[in-house]
Amino acid sequence: MKTSGTVGIVGYGAYIPMNRLKAEEVNRVWGGSGTPIEEKSVISIDEDTVTISVECARYAVKRAGIDPGEIGAVYVGTESKPYAVKPCGTIVAEAIGATPRVTAADYEFACKAGTEAFQTCIGLVSSGMVRYAMAIGADTAQGRPADALEYTTACGGAAFIFGKKPDRTIADLEGSYSYVTDTPDFWRRGLEMYPRHGNRFTGEPAYFSHIIGAAKGLMGELGTEPKDYRYAVFHQPNTKFPINVAKMLGFGMDAIKPGLIVPYVGNTYAGSTPLGLAATLDISAPGDRILVVSYGSGAGSDAFSFVVQEAAPGERGSDPSVSKFIARKCYVDYSVYSKLRGKIHR
Amino acid sequence: MRRVAIAGVGLTKVGEHWSMGLKDLFAEAALKALDDAGTDDVDALYVSNMCASTLQGQLHLGAMMADAIGKSGITALNIEAAAASGGVTFHEGVKAIASGLSKSVLVVGVEKMSDGLPESVLATQSMSEDQEYTAYTGVTNVGLSALMYRQYTEKFGAKAEDIAMFAVRSHENAEGSPHAQYPFKLSIDRIMASPMEADPIHMLECAGIGDGGAAVLLRPAKRASDGVEVAATSVATGAYYLSGMRDLVSFDAVRLASERAYKAAGISPRDVDVLEVHDETTIAGVISLEDMGFAEKGRGAAYVAKGNTTRGGETPTNTFGGLKARGHPLGATGLYQIGEVALQLLGEAGACQVQDAEVGLAQSLGGLGSTCAVTVLRRF
Amino acid sequence: MGCGAIHFPRRPVCNVCGGRKMEECKLGEAGRVVTWTTIRNPPAGYDASTPYVVALIELDDGGRVLSQVVDVAPEEVKGGMRVEAAFRRVKEDGESGIIEYGYKFRPVIE
Repeated sequence: MKTSGTVGIVGYGAYIPMNRLKAEEVNRVWGGSGTPIEEKSVISIDEDTVTISVECARYAVKRAGIDPGEIGAVYVGTESKPYAVKPCGTIVAEAIGATPRVTAADYEFACKAGTEAFQTCIGLVSSGMVRYAMAIGADTAQGRPADALEYTTACGGAAFIFGKKPDRTIADLEGSYSYVTDTPDFWRRGLEMYPRHGNRFTGEPAYFSHIIGAAKGLMGELGTEPKDYRYAVFHQPNTKFPINVAKMLGFGMDAIKPGLIVPYVGNTYAGSTPLGLAATLDISAPGDRILVVSYGSGAGSDAFSFVVQEAAPGERGSDPSVSKFIARKCYVDYSVYSKLRGKIHR
Repeated sequence: MRRVAIAGVGLTKVGEHWSMGLKDLFAEAALKALDDAGTDDVDALYVSNMCASTLQGQLHLGAMMADAIGKSGITALNIEAAAASGGVTFHEGVKAIASGLSKSVLVVGVEKMSDGLPESVLATQSMSEDQEYTAYTGVTNVGLSALMYRQYTEKFGAKAEDIAMFAVRSHENAEGSPHAQYPFKLSIDRIMASPMEADPIHMLECAGIGDGGAAVLLRPAKRASDGVEVAATSVATGAYYLSGMRDLVSFDAVRLASERAYKAAGISPRDVDVLEVHDETTIAGVISLEDMGFAEKGRGAAYVAKGNTTRGGETPTNTFGGLKARGHPLGATGLYQIGEVALQLLGEAGACQVQDAEVGLAQSLGGLGSTCAVTVLRRF
Repeated sequence: MGCGAIHFPRRPVCNVCGGRKMEECKLGEAGRVVTWTTIRNPPAGYDASTPYVVALIELDDGGRVLSQVVDVAPEEVKGGMRVEAAFRRVKEDGESGIIEYGYKFRPVIE
């Protein structure tokens, strides 16, 4: 999908809560021995998807250096909404000063809800309907106790503000491609607390086929190849999957390393690909081409090709980089984690 | 303006009165005061209460209590000024007599707190603060004291043990007090070993929760046999927000109210023989002592630690136990203090008697020192 | 407006100069801890976060604000510590009522 006029990222912001639960702690309690990652981020008792979204939205506005009143759309992609009915988007829009002349809503498409919002924002900006549009991917994913996913279900998010040339951009979009099918690999019914998944079905027919479909689709349309990309960001539900899909597509470890934060943060679901992109932008240089491919169960992938415009991160303002959020940590044990995630109550 | 005398005092024991409600506590105190005065004549009733609207869901206490003692028909109303309600209500009762508008005024403080769960009581106490900006943070009244406490120790190098001695002294004075909730000694070691309530204030440095009723009957002062007259009452307000306080180690309202009271009564601190201080927390007591001029700013804790506030000391303070040991049924406390000062001046303090007490002062605080009521009583 | 004092919360009349003309301004987002306490017995509605720190914070623009300080262990809070505004849940009206979001402060992330 191509835009009319050049659309780009004018600002971005990240947020990761500070608590961490080690995979070995999960093993200590449940007797397992897996370590799909080292540790995952856990919200404090007074955080949720809305607070995470507001935090990264505020950093994004600062980094963009724009008047938040000019943001015409705010979308939050998440699968952990504090309200089933009442959009996170309205609270974020109010908190950053974008109301009342704004459109806002929440998106759901499992882990690709954030990049779904990217697509809409790109369309709104490209058409000239709004000057700036903000897309946030954020989650406080809930892991079923003793389930394989409990090691990795984490909390965090990143916000991206899209604008159009001649506004100053950090990275320009060359094109995007969405690859969606009806594939029930992972789902959650309305009143259930935890999702269910199809185990090994979540691999090849789900994650891999859709990411590869979207990546090849985009590169085909743009006429690009892996060697044209300095960096690549893939959805990271665990450490192995993104490394494997990168290899399958022809990208090396160097390309995906800066965005590969899952070993230290976990899978932040709708925040996963956006955070990976933020981490990559933090260290990239003008001229770098970045491939971004998300994955959301249900299922689908959104692929984007960006070219970095602005100078090095140091010149993008002093707001915390993703690495600073990763370094800011405090370990909790399984019992405190259970309290923080509402698995045990007073 | 007429001179005002205290004609009768009635105090219930402070405690957890499981089988007594607001009306029962009120009536016991009110009738005791009337019997003490040897009269049944009342033309106005001033009720002091803080928590009833929240803990009992009860408003309209003036009419309710007048009816309870068979006095429907008289003027009756309820006054609230957080924990300073007692002193403030007394101030208004005094005005009714002094102005000539009334000739026999019953001022009764009543509070029933034992029915509430601890977290509800704490939330109710926090209603003295701005709900949107202060109570909003989850800070409790002890928490606000703790914020001042930390500044106090940093600025003056005061020792935690010296500040805590305020509670030790209050408990010493409660021994033999017939109406105190905790009429026993409490050691400094036990206080310092008690868990933190709001760091760095220990739980046993804070007044507890209790039920009580305290009544005083006022009439125009005519004869020397009237015993005790009201030499002065004053009410002053101070900053409502910690963030707006001029000085984090001082209660401006206490200084203002006491200065006005000293002037009206023609006295200075050294003339005070008996002192009732609002020791909701030890630090509030220490700072109050200083702001009323009984100790230099920053030296209040040492003043107390040295023994100056014992029954036989230079400034006998909290002679029946104060808020900490006699108890602190919020809306009634101010009237307990005034009643206790009156008993001292009348020589009716029994085991708690301070010798030759001629002038006494009662000080009540509401919120974080945002209201202060000071009452000076004098023997005829 | 006359004396330039910063008030939080806003007030109809300035308590420094008595002026009635006020102008809305955005408060500084960072400052330092002036004094603090740790609440161990919370009032109703605040038990989830217990124990929590409440501090008087002096913002860089001179205004003062009372607020919780989060993302730090109570014993690590120090006078003069640099803190910044954060957006957090404050309380909620039961399981089905409105969630009240608002400001708290945390050590500056840098």
